[in-house]
Amino acid sequence: MSHDHAHDHDEITTDGEPEAAARVRALVELLVAKEIVTREDVRRGVDWLVSRNPADGARLVARAWVDPDFKRRLLEDAREAALVLGLDPGPSPVVVALENTPGVHHVVVCTLCSCYPRALLGPPPDWYKSLPYRSRVVADPRGVLREFGLELGEGVEVRVVDSTADIRYLVVPARPEGTEALAEEELAALVTRDSMIGVTLAGTAPT
Amino acid sequence: MERPAHDRGGRPTDEPIDRTEHELADWQLLTDALVGALIRRGAMNVDELRHGIESMPPEDYERASYYERWLFSVETTLTEKGILAPGELNEAAARGV
Amino acid sequence: MAFDVGQRVRVAEREHAGHHRTPGYVKGKRGVVVRPHGAFRNPETRAYGGDGLPERRLYLVALEQDDLWPAYPGPPEDRLYVDVFEHWLVEDS
Repeated sequence: MSHDHAHDHDEITTDGEPEAAARVRALVELLVAKEIVTREDVRRGVDWLVSRNPADGARLVARAWVDPDFKRRLLEDAREAALVLGLDPGPSPVVVALENTPGVHHVVVCTLCSCYPRALLGPPPDWYKSLPYRSRVVADPRGVLREFGLELGEGVEVRVVDSTADIRYLVVPARPEGTEALAEEELAALVTRDSMIGVTLAGTAPT
Repeated sequence: MERPAHDRGGRPTDEPIDRTEHELADWQLLTDALVGALIRRGAMNVDELRHGIESMPPEDYERASYYERWLFSVETTLTEKGILAPGELNEAAARGV
Repeated sequence: MAFDVGQRVRVAEREHAGHHRTPGYVKGKRGVVVRPHGAFRNPETRAYGGDGLPERRLYLVALEQDDLWPAYPGPPEDRLYVDVFEHWLVEDS
């Protein structure tokens, strides 16, 4: 193992790291030296990103399941609803929650790049950003959902939502049957990241 | 006019969707955070980031990984703005700065 | 141009060599406005260092999957929703 020259944190160059790894480190050093950004800016950015995870989105969904008035607020303005729960909705000016019901199933994609509600769900999985997902889910959503283990009947309207602008979309999955006795925290545990993208139902283990 | 490489919706493909998950590597977190910092500091905006990615030659776009595209875009955009001199990052990376 | 919820619209079939956020597969297609999002700085000029002003209105538009794909493998009720800027939409009779 070798160490680069002194940084504020360990910088270990390992075999198998792509060239991009050394490149971005060099870039950070250049831009800090040029006073375009500070090291603290970058550190704060990393801290924010690693603090993001789907538990925040799940809290929004669980609250909407138990509180019809909150659900109404969530569907009207999800950004505002997140703030009400003390959550960080992220830098996007508008966040829209899409409700899945027995009759309508939403699934979200960004065909042009990878727009995703990261503040509420954490970083997107690689497959969401992948070329085949972006190509196929708009043209054959039921086929893609089938690959994720979800078969929807012909009586369900499948709505693919292509997030092309600054709006961030979050799916509110349907509340699973037989969960009437569960407390809000237990309900939140059923709400997976994938159910908030729309490729699975809530309460479903990954296949 | 042929559709640009980044405009993927409905493109015919047999490629399966690989659902393997990876924790973000340190360098990927760093790239993401650096872009966020540049945007917050007003050095570039998200539309410039996207346009920079879209300016990659199609074969490079398809071959590059997600954060490699971001890095390409940042370098291209900042060079265009004169914040980086042409080739400056190449030299710095080669020096092991 | 401002559009109302429920208004029938058509996505412009324009070629646009620079940065824009209207995907190719919806260009020229007909749909219905389902949600207005308000106005935002125009990414087409922001992408080149401009300020993106004046802001342009953005709409969520519902398209029929059967219209988008020659042999769409799903029922006729399936929809594709996409965010489109006002300057990419025209009224459709």
